[in-house]
Amino acid sequence: MDFKLSEREELLRKSMREFAEKEIPPRMEAMEETGEFPVELLKKMGDVGILGVITPQEYGGTGMGNLARIIILEEMGRVCPAIPMALQVHHMATYALTKFGNEEQKKKYLPPLAKGETMGVMAVTDPSGGSDVAGIKTSAKLEGDVYILNGRKCFITNSHFSDFWVVVARTGEGGRGLSAFIVEKNFPGAKPGRKENKVGLRGANTGELVFQNCPVPKANLLGHEGEGMNIAIQDIVEAGRPGMASVALGILNAVLEQAVKFANERSLYGKPINTLQAIQWHIADIYADLEISRLLVYRVGWMRDNNIRCDTESALAKQFACEAAARSARKAIEIHGSYGVMKEYPVQRLLRDALVTIPAGGTGEIAKLVMARHALNMFK
Amino acid sequence: MRIIVCLKPVPDPKHWSRLALDPKTGTLIRGGIPSIVNPLDRKALEAALQLREKEGGEVITLSMAPPSAMPVLREGLAMGADLSIFLTDLAFAGSDALATSYIMGTAIRKLARYDLILCGDQTLDGSTSLVSAQIAEFLGIPNLMHVSAIEVQKSGVFHVRSRIEHGSMLVEMKAPLVLSVAKEINEPRYITLMNILEGEKKEIRVWSSKDLSLSEPWVGLKGSPSQMADLFIREAKRKGEILQGDPSEMTKTLADRLHRMGYC
Repeated sequence: MDFKLSEREELLRKSMREFAEKEIPPRMEAMEETGEFPVELLKKMGDVGILGVITPQEYGGTGMGNLARIIILEEMGRVCPAIPMALQVHHMATYALTKFGNEEQKKKYLPPLAKGETMGVMAVTDPSGGSDVAGIKTSAKLEGDVYILNGRKCFITNSHFSDFWVVVARTGEGGRGLSAFIVEKNFPGAKPGRKENKVGLRGANTGELVFQNCPVPKANLLGHEGEGMNIAIQDIVEAGRPGMASVALGILNAVLEQAVKFANERSLYGKPINTLQAIQWHIADIYADLEISRLLVYRVGWMRDNNIRCDTESALAKQFACEAAARSARKAIEIHGSYGVMKEYPVQRLLRDALVTIPAGGTGEIAKLVMARHALNMFK
Repeated sequence: MRIIVCLKPVPDPKHWSRLALDPKTGTLIRGGIPSIVNPLDRKALEAALQLREKEGGEVITLSMAPPSAMPVLREGLAMGADLSIFLTDLAFAGSDALATSYIMGTAIRKLARYDLILCGDQTLDGSTSLVSAQIAEFLGIPNLMHVSAIEVQKSGVFHVRSRIEHGSMLVEMKAPLVLSVAKEINEPRYITLMNILEGEKKEIRVWSSKDLSLSEPWVGLKGSPSQMADLFIREAKRKGEILQGDPSEMTKTLADRLHRMGYC
């Protein structure tokens, strides 16, 4: 077993850290204030290859793989977790198109995503709930050569910054009655709806998509009719959950850094508070949460790169890392005392950011359900 | 045009608290501390890449370091260099600026054809700022430091801007020459994912003392006339003095005192 990152991955981390530290901080205040993703960064991210990390080379990416993607998201998240939130959903769309798209669809839709000409969107959640995928009500009725789409999608990341969305809608009865479509923004009857005002990850845009008698050409059906549930679940398991876990991993990096810096600088009773055991306990807990999360998340990346199924491991990484990010951010706030809840200190934002990762990409409870099902079958 | 860029792996400043000196030799103990490309050398490489983009040709990096520095050389190739020459040999350990210049100069001679040799003005570790001038001296070609801009005027002729006190000078120079660049020359490019993959395909050519047919007394600790005698932290003490008298008198005394000390 080799836990050492390759020379390639180390260089990737180094260059991504440099990009993140230079490009993101000047934009963070505006992101926090407006809740908008800095779209002007997209082109730069496309040029550097961040957007096309899992896109095959023939469609304008590098195909560097899932572990590389995790490293990128972690490094971006260390500086500003809202950025990898947007990126990870962008990659989810790339993943679905790469895995289920036909040649024409891949040629048309993958290169603009890799170049940063637009953002990727995977729209699964209906207002009726995200966990209940089988309960999706957004409908797609075949009429001649087009499907007529009606309904609403909510809590959709990148909703307002994309030219097309991968949308899961109902074409028949039950779980097998779902299909996935590539819906372009300029199709009649398709439009982004309201923008959400989140407590955290504010720089990642979240909003609604609305479809009113929107005709979607048959050619835009992704995969086969009835394959929508499979596409949604595979995308969430193989790209979405590792992606969310990587956002949490980025947060954990930032949390430890902030906690350690403050503990080293702040003096009480005539000495730095890092000499107090109460503080050291918190630091040790945060450190453990970061290291455990990293092992879990990297393992999923490695499994995907080796084509090993990872449903349970992905759920575990997502659930653990997101919870760890939230509890560690809280501990970092405690280390800071009252400073921790002041807006001048980033730890309060990191807690808000961590809270948003918990329901995104599958709730903690759903992840636990996956783990429990697996564990309960282990000794049969 | 063939440009050689001297690229030095230096200890990552983020780990400087772990740096120590060998008590016997006075040299840095680098083991276990990750290396980065010396920041000014990166700028030298960026300048070389920009010149290649305009004028064509090739960019070769030249580094002397222990074998553990390999990832740093890969970084140079990922940035866009065409070939990396890696000078590594136990016999090189402990080389001072003069011995280093001799080894690197010999390697450059072995490359035979070169138009421009670019270095950073100084390195983060030793910071002697001697190597570029000594390489030039060794090769018998001109050298200019603190370079903030390089332009090709016509084939083999460069217009080079160099920072001097209170300004800069523009110098016309003929190839081959050695230039060492200042921090204002450029902002190095990001290494893209595609660059990383391309860099992996490029060659790192390893040369030892034997490949360069070096004269033994000139390399390593033995070949280094300058050696660390002692290292100490300068003690900074504040000198306090409270002036007495009426305000105008005190102001005059203060102004006189500051003037005598060279502050105004």
